[in-house]
Amino acid sequence: MFEAIAFYTFAVLTTVMFYITVTTKQALYALTALAAGMIFISAFFFILGADFLGAIQIIVYTGAVMALYAFGMMFFDTTRELKEKNSSNFIVFGLSGLAALMIVLIFAAPIVSTNMAIAYPIDPTIGNSQAVGMVLFTKYLVPFEVAAIMLLVAMIAGIVLAGKKMDQSLTLMQDDDIVIHEEANKKVVI
Amino acid sequence: MMEIGLTHYLVLSTLLFGIGLVGVMRRTNLLMLFFATEILLNSVNIAFAAISHYYNDFAGQMFAFFVIAIAASEVAVGLGLLIVWYKRTGNIDLMTMTSMKG
Amino acid sequence: MEMYLYIALFSPLVGSMFAALFGANKKTLWAGLIPSALLFTSFVSSTILLVHIMSGGDVIHVELMTWMATGNLYIPFGFVVDQVSVTMMMVVTTVSTIVHIYSIGYMDHDKGFNRFFSYLSAFVFSMMILVMSDNFAGLFIGWEGVGLCSWLLIGFWYHKEVATWSANEAFIMNRVADLAMLIGMFLVYWNTGTLQYDEAFAAMPALDNHTLTIMGIFLFIGAMGKSAQFPFHTWLADAMEGPTPVSALIHAATMVTAGVYLVVRANPLYDLIPDVGLFIASLGAFVAMYAASMALVNRDMKRIIAYSTLSQLGYMFVAAGLGAYWVALFHLMAHAFFKALLFLGAGNVMHAMHDELDPFKMGNLGKAMKGTMIMMTLASVALAGIYPLAGFFSKDLILEVGFVEHHYIIYTVLLLTAGMTAFYSFRLIAMVFHGNDRHSELGIHPHEAYKFMLVAMAPLAILAVIAGSFKAYYYEMVTQVLPATEYHIHSATTFWIMTIGTQLFVLLSIAYAYKKYARVVKEDAAMAQKPFYKVLLNQYYIPEFYETFLTQPYRELSKMMWQIDMKIVDATVDGIAGIIYGTGKATHKMQDGNLSTMLKWMVVGLLVMLILAAVYANAGIIWNMATTLVPGLGA
Repeated sequence: MFEAIAFYTFAVLTTVMFYITVTTKQALYALTALAAGMIFISAFFFILGADFLGAIQIIVYTGAVMALYAFGMMFFDTTRELKEKNSSNFIVFGLSGLAALMIVLIFAAPIVSTNMAIAYPIDPTIGNSQAVGMVLFTKYLVPFEVAAIMLLVAMIAGIVLAGKKMDQSLTLMQDDDIVIHEEANKKVVI
Repeated sequence: MMEIGLTHYLVLSTLLFGIGLVGVMRRTNLLMLFFATEILLNSVNIAFAAISHYYNDFAGQMFAFFVIAIAASEVAVGLGLLIVWYKRTGNIDLMTMTSMKG
Repeated sequence: MEMYLYIALFSPLVGSMFAALFGANKKTLWAGLIPSALLFTSFVSSTILLVHIMSGGDVIHVELMTWMATGNLYIPFGFVVDQVSVTMMMVVTTVSTIVHIYSIGYMDHDKGFNRFFSYLSAFVFSMMILVMSDNFAGLFIGWEGVGLCSWLLIGFWYHKEVATWSANEAFIMNRVADLAMLIGMFLVYWNTGTLQYDEAFAAMPALDNHTLTIMGIFLFIGAMGKSAQFPFHTWLADAMEGPTPVSALIHAATMVTAGVYLVVRANPLYDLIPDVGLFIASLGAFVAMYAASMALVNRDMKRIIAYSTLSQLGYMFVAAGLGAYWVALFHLMAHAFFKALLFLGAGNVMHAMHDELDPFKMGNLGKAMKGTMIMMTLASVALAGIYPLAGFFSKDLILEVGFVEHHYIIYTVLLLTAGMTAFYSFRLIAMVFHGNDRHSELGIHPHEAYKFMLVAMAPLAILAVIAGSFKAYYYEMVTQVLPATEYHIHSATTFWIMTIGTQLFVLLSIAYAYKKYARVVKEDAAMAQKPFYKVLLNQYYIPEFYETFLTQPYRELSKMMWQIDMKIVDATVDGIAGIIYGTGKATHKMQDGNLSTMLKWMVVGLLVMLILAAVYANAGIIWNMATTLVPGLGA
C-alpha cells in the first residue's frame, strides 16, 4: 500500500513539475521545476529498488547537469522573461497527446511475450550497489571505459568551446603582469 | 489500482515523454529546448528501471546508467556550442536560426 | 538473272540517294547526270529481263528478306518478274529515263535542281517496288511511296501556296482511298490467310461470292484513288502545279496507272466477280466522257492534257472491267508513251512562253518550235487513234471489246468520247502551233528547247508511232499469265464498218477542230456566258461541292476537336503537373530552416510509425474486428 501511495504522489509531483518546465514563461521557474522533477524521479528509482541508479540520478543530474544549466542561464542572461512566439497550441498538444496515446496503447495491449531470456538476473540477497558494481565492472566493462573516454572528450570540448584567452596561462605569469580590469559585470584578463 | 504493476510505470513514462515532446515542439529558446530534452531522457530512464525491476533483469538499470552518462556529456558539449553561437550572434532564439532554409 | 532484278530495282534508289547528298546545295550537273545514268542501267536491266521472259524464260521469284514473321502472318520482301511486271517495268524505266534526261534541261534554271532529281528517282524506286512486288504488302509499300513522292514533287515549288495546297489535296485524297485498299488487303488476308499473290488468288475460288465482291470493291476503291476515277478525280487536274516533267512521269505514265495495274494483277479475283467488273467498266466509261467534256473548253494547256489522261484511264478501266486485262495493259503501255510525249512537249511550250498556259494567248508557235510541233502532233494523232499509230491498236481495241461483249451503251459512250478526244487534242495543237500570232503583243518571243531535250523526246515519238506493231509479241507473252481472250467480231462487214466509221468520225472531229481554231481566234464572250459552258469550265462545280460539303465541315470538326484536346487532354496533363508542383510548393514550407518546425515534423513522423507498428502488429485482430463489424468484407 505504501508503494502505491508513494508511486502516485511522486507521479503527480513529477508530472506537475515537468509541465511547469515546458509551459512557463519564466526561465528561472523552468530551471527550478526541472531540478525538482529530477529529484522526484530519483524517488522512483528508489521505489524500484535501483538504489545506485537513484543516487547517481541525484548526484549527476540534479547536481552536475542542473548546475551546468544554471551557469548557462547566467551566461545567456535569460533571467528575464522569455519572449516566445506561441505556436499553435492545438497542434502541439494534439500531436504529443496522440503520440502518448499510441505508446500507451502499445504498452497496455495484452501482448505478453513468452520465453523472455533474462540477461543478468538480479540476485535479491546482494545489495543493489554491490550487484551493480559486479555487473558493471565485468560484463559492461568495455562500455564503461568507452563512456569514460567519451566524458573526457566532452570535458575537453566544453573547455575549448567555452574558454577564452587560453593562450595565456595565469599560473605561469608574474603578479604584475596580471592586470585586472573591471568592466561592467565582466572581469577580463589581458 | 492499488497493486502497482509494470503497466503503471510505463504509462507514467509515456506521460512524461509526451510532456517532453510538448516542450520540444513548443519552446523556441534553445536553452529551454535542452530542458525538454532532459525530460525525454528521464522518462525513458524510468521505463528502463521499471522493466528491469519487474523482469528481474539488470540490463535495464545498466542501460539507464549509461543514458545518464551520455546525457551529462551531451549537456556539456551542447552548452559549449550554445556559448559559441551566443558569442557570435548574441541570440539563442530558434526563430532567428533559419540559415538552413529551403 | 536475279542480279538484273536487283539492278533494275535498286539503281533508282542509289541515284536518289546520290542526288539527295546535294539536296541543299546549288545546282550541280552531276546531281542530274548520275541519276539519269543509273536509271538508264535500270532500263537496260529491264530490257534484258524482258528479252528473257519473252524468249520463254522462267518467271523470276526472289525473296530479299523477311519483313514480318509473327504468328501466322508471314510477309517477305519478295519480288517477282513475270510477264505483267516486266511490261510495267519497261514502261516505267523507259519513260523515267527520258524524263530524267529531259529534266536536266527543263530544270536548268531552277534552284532546287538537285532536290528534284532525288525526289524523281525516289519516285521511280517506289514505282518499281509497286510493280515488282509479289505480295499485297509490298504493293502497298510502293503505293504509299509513290503517293509520298508525288506529294513531294507536286509541291516542289513549295513557296507557292497553290502548289502546296494541290500537293496536300493529292496526298489526302489518295490516303482516303488507301484506307479502302487497306480494308481490302485485310479482307484478303483474313479470308485467304496470306498476302502473296499466287497463294491468295489460288485460295479465292473457294470463297463465297459475297466476300469476294466486298474484297474486290474495296481494292478497287483504292485503285480509284490512285487512278483518279470519279469521285477521287479532283487532285489530278490540280496536280499540274508541279513541274511539267513530274506531270509527264507521274500523272501520265506511271503513278496513275498503278490503279490499273492493281486491277490487272488481281484479275483472278475480278474474273470471279463479273458484276463488280461491270461496275468498274461503267465507271470507267463515265469518267472517260466526263473528263473529255471538261477538256473541251478548258483554257489551261496542262489541264487539257491532264483531263485527257483521266479520260484514257477511264478507257483502261473499261477494258479491265470487261475482263480484257491484256488490252488494258496494252493501252496503258501505249498511252504512257504518247501522253508523256505530249506533256514534255507542253513543257517546251511552257518554257518558250515563259510559263504562260492559256492557249488563247499563244498561236503560230509552229514557226519557232518545229521539233516540238512535230512531236506533239504525232502524239495527238496517236492519242486520237488514227491508223497506223499506237493509239489505234490500243484504243480501238477497247471499243471492239465493248462491242463484242454486247455492252453497247459503253461502246457508244466510248465512241463519242473518242470523237471528243480528237477534238480537244487538236484544238490544243491548232491554237498553240497554228493560227494567228497572239503572243507577240504580250512581249513573248518563243524559242525552241535545248537540242538534247528534243533528242530525249524522240524515242517516245518513235514508240508512239510503232508501238502498235508490238501487239502480236506482246499478246503472246502476256497471255501466259492473263486470260487470253481474243476479241473477234464475227461478221467481217460489221468489223470494217466499225473501224472505218470510227476513223472517219475521228478525222471529222480533227477537221472541225482545225477549222475552228487554226486561224484567227478570238475569245467568244457570248459563248462564255452560256450556262453549259460555265459548268464545263468549272469542272461541274465538283471542287466547290467538295469544299463546301466535305472540307468545311471537317475543318469545323477539327476545330471542335482541337478545343476538346486543349480543354481535356491538355488540361489533364497540365493538371497532373500542377498537382505535383503544388504539392512541392506546399511541402516546401517544411524546409523553412526553423528547428521548431522540424521538431514538430519529427513528432509527426514518430506518430506515423507508431500507428504503423500498432496496426501491423495487430493486423490479425483488426481484420477479425473488421469482418465481424462489416459482414460484407472478406469472407
